[in-house]
Amino acid sequence: MSTAKDVFLEPIFNNNPITLQVLGICSALAVTIKLSTTLVMCISVIAVTVASNFLISLLRDYIPTNIRIIVQMTIIASLVIVVDQVLQAVAYDLSKSMSVFVGLIITNCIVLGRAEAFAMQNGPGLSALDGLGNTLGYGLLLVLVALIREPLGAGTLLGYPVLHTVSDGGWYYTNGMLLLSPSAFFIIGLFIWAMRTWKPEQVEDPEYQISSDAQLMETV
Amino acid sequence: MEHYLGIFVKAIFIENMALTFFLGMCTFIAISKKIETAFGLGVAVVVVLGLTVPINNLIYNYLLREGALAWAGYPTVDLSFLGYLSYIGVVAAVVQVLEMILDRYVPFLYSALGIFLPLITVNCAILGAVLFMVERDQSFGESVVFGLGAGVGWALAITALAGVREKLKYSDVPQGLRGLGITFISVGLLSLCFMSFGGIDI
Repeated sequence: MSTAKDVFLEPIFNNNPITLQVLGICSALAVTIKLSTTLVMCISVIAVTVASNFLISLLRDYIPTNIRIIVQMTIIASLVIVVDQVLQAVAYDLSKSMSVFVGLIITNCIVLGRAEAFAMQNGPGLSALDGLGNTLGYGLLLVLVALIREPLGAGTLLGYPVLHTVSDGGWYYTNGMLLLSPSAFFIIGLFIWAMRTWKPEQVEDPEYQISSDAQLMETV
Repeated sequence: MEHYLGIFVKAIFIENMALTFFLGMCTFIAISKKIETAFGLGVAVVVVLGLTVPINNLIYNYLLREGALAWAGYPTVDLSFLGYLSYIGVVAAVVQVLEMILDRYVPFLYSALGIFLPLITVNCAILGAVLFMVERDQSFGESVVFGLGAGVGWALAITALAGVREKLKYSDVPQGLRGLGITFISVGLLSLCFMSFGGIDI
C-alpha cells in the first residue's frame, strides 16, 4: 500500500504523465502559446481530475464493470460542463480564446486514465490526492513550456512586456516560430531528454540493436 | 461544389487535426510504431469521424441549439449546455455499434481493427472535430465533408509518422532522447512540413 506522500509526489517527477506515461498531451499543447490560457487550462484539468477521481472512487463499488467506461465518461463530461459554464461566466474572453480545448478535457487521457487505473481500486481521499499529483505534474510541464514560448515568441508574459521587442523600438527580435505549433513538440522533446538525463532509469531500451558487422570485422 | 472541396482539402492539409491542433496525440504517439497498424487505425478514425460529425450536427441543429426545439413546440428552450454530454455519448455509441456491425458482417476488418476501435472513443480528434463543427456552425452537408476530411488528414499524418519511425529504428539516437523524445521531435518536424500548406488559400 503506497503512502499518501508517495501517491502525491511520485507522478510529479518520477512518473510524470507527459514525459513518461504519454497521457494528456492531446488537448493541452495548443494552449501553451500564452501563459494565461495555460494556467486556466491547468486549473480546469486539476479541478476536473480531482473531482472525478473522488466521485468515481466513491461510486467504485456500485459501478458494474461492463459499463464502467460509460459511467466514468458521464461523470467526467458533467464535471467539464460545470467547468465550462463557470469559465464562460467568470472569464468569457479567456474561454473564447481557448475555443474547443475546454471541452476536450473530457477526452484528456489523464482524467480517464487515472479514473481507470487508480480511482477504481483506491479510497476517495487517496484517489483525490492521486488526481492532484498527476495533474500537478502535467501542469508543471505545461507551465514550463508556456514560460518558454510566450516570452521568446511574443516578448510578453501574462500580457505584460518582459523583453523589449523591436516593433516597440526595443532590442528583441521576436521568434515567430515559437508561436507556431511545431515548437511545442520540440520543447517537450527536449524536456523529455533533459528529464531522462537527470533520471537515467527512465531511458527506454532500444527496440532494435544493429549487430556489429561480422564480415567487416573479419576483413579488418 | 467548390465550397465543399475547399472544406475537404482544408481539413486534410491546412488544418490537419493531428499536426496543427495536436488532437488525438496520445493514440498518435502510442500506435505509430508500425505502418500497418497505423494505417488500420487511420481507416477506423475516418469511418468514425465520417459518422459522428454529421450525426452530432443533426443533434445540435434539431435538439440542442437555442430555438432548435421549435418543431416540438418549445421555441425558447436552449439546451446547448448539454452539448458535451450528448456528443461524447454519440461517439461512444457509434463506436460500440460499429464494433458490433463489423464483428457480424466484416470479420476480417474487425480482427484487423479489433483493439483500436474502443480506443477511438477517447481519441480527442473525434470530439475535437465535433466541437469544431459546432463552433463553425456548419450545415449538414459541410459537416459530412469536414468529418471525412479531418479523418483522412489524421490517417495521413499517423501513417507518415509510422513511416518515419520505422526508418528511425536504424539510427543511433542519443540515450535520453530514445523512444518518446525523438518521436516528439519527429512529430514537430512533420508538423513543420505541413505548415507549408498554410499559405494555400481556397
